[in-house]
Amino acid sequence: MSESGDPMDVTNRVQLPESEGGQAEHEQGPRLAVRQSRDEPEVQREVVFDVRDVSNYYGDFRAVRNVTLPVFRNEITALIGPSGCGKTTFLRNLNRMNDLIEGARIEGELLYHGVDLYDPQVDPVEVRRRIGMVFQKPNPFPKSIYDNVAFGPRIAGFTGNMDDLVEESLHRAALWDEVKDKLKESGMALSGGQQQRLCIARAIATRPDVILMDEPCSALDPIATQRIEDLMLELKHRYSIVIVTHNMQQAARVSDRTAFFTVEVHEDSGQRTGTVVEYDKTETIFTNPSDKRTEDYVTGRFG
Amino acid sequence: MAGVSIEARPAGTSLSVSDLRLKMGRRRREGVVRRVFFAAALVSVLINVLIVVTLFDGTWDFLSRVELRLLWTDGWFPRRDMYDIRTIVAGTMVVAVVAMVVATPLGLGAAVYLAEYASRRARRWLKPILEVLAGIPSVVMGFFALIWISPNIMQSFFDAGLFSLGAAGIGVGILITPLVASVAEDAMFAVPGSLREASYGLGARKRATTIRVVFPAAVSGIVAALILGISRAIGETLVVAIAAGGTGGSLFTIDPRQQGQTMTAAMTALATGSDQVKGATLAFPSLFFVGALLFFMTLGLNVMSERFVRRVRKSY
Ligand SMILES: Nc1ncnc2c1ncn2[C@@H]1O[C@H](COP(=O)(O)OP(=O)(O)OP(=O)(O)O)[C@@H](O)[C@H]1O
Ligand SMILES: [Mg+2]
Repeated sequence: MSESGDPMDVTNRVQLPESEGGQAEHEQGPRLAVRQSRDEPEVQREVVFDVRDVSNYYGDFRAVRNVTLPVFRNEITALIGPSGCGKTTFLRNLNRMNDLIEGARIEGELLYHGVDLYDPQVDPVEVRRRIGMVFQKPNPFPKSIYDNVAFGPRIAGFTGNMDDLVEESLHRAALWDEVKDKLKESGMALSGGQQQRLCIARAIATRPDVILMDEPCSALDPIATQRIEDLMLELKHRYSIVIVTHNMQQAARVSDRTAFFTVEVHEDSGQRTGTVVEYDKTETIFTNPSDKRTEDYVTGRFG
Repeated sequence: MAGVSIEARPAGTSLSVSDLRLKMGRRRREGVVRRVFFAAALVSVLINVLIVVTLFDGTWDFLSRVELRLLWTDGWFPRRDMYDIRTIVAGTMVVAVVAMVVATPLGLGAAVYLAEYASRRARRWLKPILEVLAGIPSVVMGFFALIWISPNIMQSFFDAGLFSLGAAGIGVGILITPLVASVAEDAMFAVPGSLREASYGLGARKRATTIRVVFPAAVSGIVAALILGISRAIGETLVVAIAAGGTGGSLFTIDPRQQGQTMTAAMTALATGSDQVKGATLAFPSLFFVGALLFFMTLGLNVMSERFVRRVRKSY
């Protein structure tokens, strides 16, 4: 899985050199490629996903149009916006989960570490092994906690020490201490928050490069939410995370960058199409957005 | 009656007990309705009790008159007062086993296809067709078993005679395939899509998802489908009566190539009179005996499948 020519192997990539001055700009997205923070030097981050003019269709219905944005490595990228604006649809592009929906279609270009994700030669199964997903509703398998975590590695033909891998994954998902004595019990018997962390552990166990999360806390209480948020901040040192959230505070608290989606209603047909209004550093989106619609949304005047 | 108002009561109107009291007329009507449904339930219970009583009464009559050694002899020949239980139980088992050998792969295969592989459009067409197939009259299947399955499969590949338990078993298997497929498909279709998504999201292919996620999650329903299939195979009568060649009696055999007799077909033969001749005085009462035997076997299977079905309902 990690022969040297593998374009998706990111483990041995060199961090790009720091750019000089504050004016360094990414070719595609002005301002965005530069991480600016008062106490951190500006670093040009490696691009994980380069999304170029992507649109999504369900049959004839265009759900999302013309999204262009880069997603950076070791960052948490938040997708926010009103219900039905296509956040889930867009997120599921990133690991080709939309392939599973009959009639779903994508247009545009989506590069993952420079590789076209939708190239006919790309195997979506390989993509999903590198880009894990955590869903809105915790969905553990009706199997033991152990078997839940071991599921991904097993189907991928993992031959190492499974016990260690399971333990390590549960540790990283901050669940180990709570379940270490009952690994053989059903994952469905856990609380909602524990189930969601189990799902995160399950996703981590395949040793992904990116974790996609679709409203991972919406079914959880504030304490469980807090734990997942802490976990995300911990995980971003190893992984890149893209998260959909309806919770503005959550986006502000955890994410480095935020994309604001909105729905445009077509005048004649009444078709509702989602698109990105603004994409920037989270701080900018929440304190100094450049689009009026973003400002209305983040200040609670809309949605 | 005035339209129902959804407006709140005007402030100040106080609520009194009489507003909430159950009106007498309504109470009486509820009582009548309750009694009507209770009577319906009671009648169906009584009918079942009557059936069981009749069955056991006849069985007692038979057992008290028959020479017990005739229950364990060379074959089932009611005309000669030979009532070997082994023969018809073995015949029933052979037919059921052959039927399940046919129906398990076909039925589960069809179920997996419909639940996991078929496009929504294909499923919309195929599911009703499956249900129509489930309604093929068994007498039609009996003739099909005799005039097609027997010569083309049993005779040409297995060197069997025209009548054989195997031909009947294959016919029964085809007959119950839609039932097995339909119940198993329901169980697999009921597995939440979120589990499939979880599986695909972890990089599982369709086959791994089906085998490792959908099958285990639906296992109780799948087992229930198989037990229902066996139960139906044991209860199937006409296919066996036509294609197995047991009318008039049969020697004990467990070889599907031989002709044989099953419990249900034996009962048919007894009831329609073809196995009753003057002098064989016990032939008619033996009908009840076989019936009671069958009753217990199917009862046991149904209780088992009921348990599995209940487990399926509990798991989500
Ligand atoms: N499987 C599907 N088939 C057809 N249309 C779909 C499908 N999934 C989503 N849509 C449509 O695409 C649009 C975007 O939906 P999507 O679920 O991506 O929105 P969202 O931003 O995630 O909303 P929410 O915040 O409510 O989760 C909606 O109009 C929705 O009705
Ligand atoms: Mg959504």
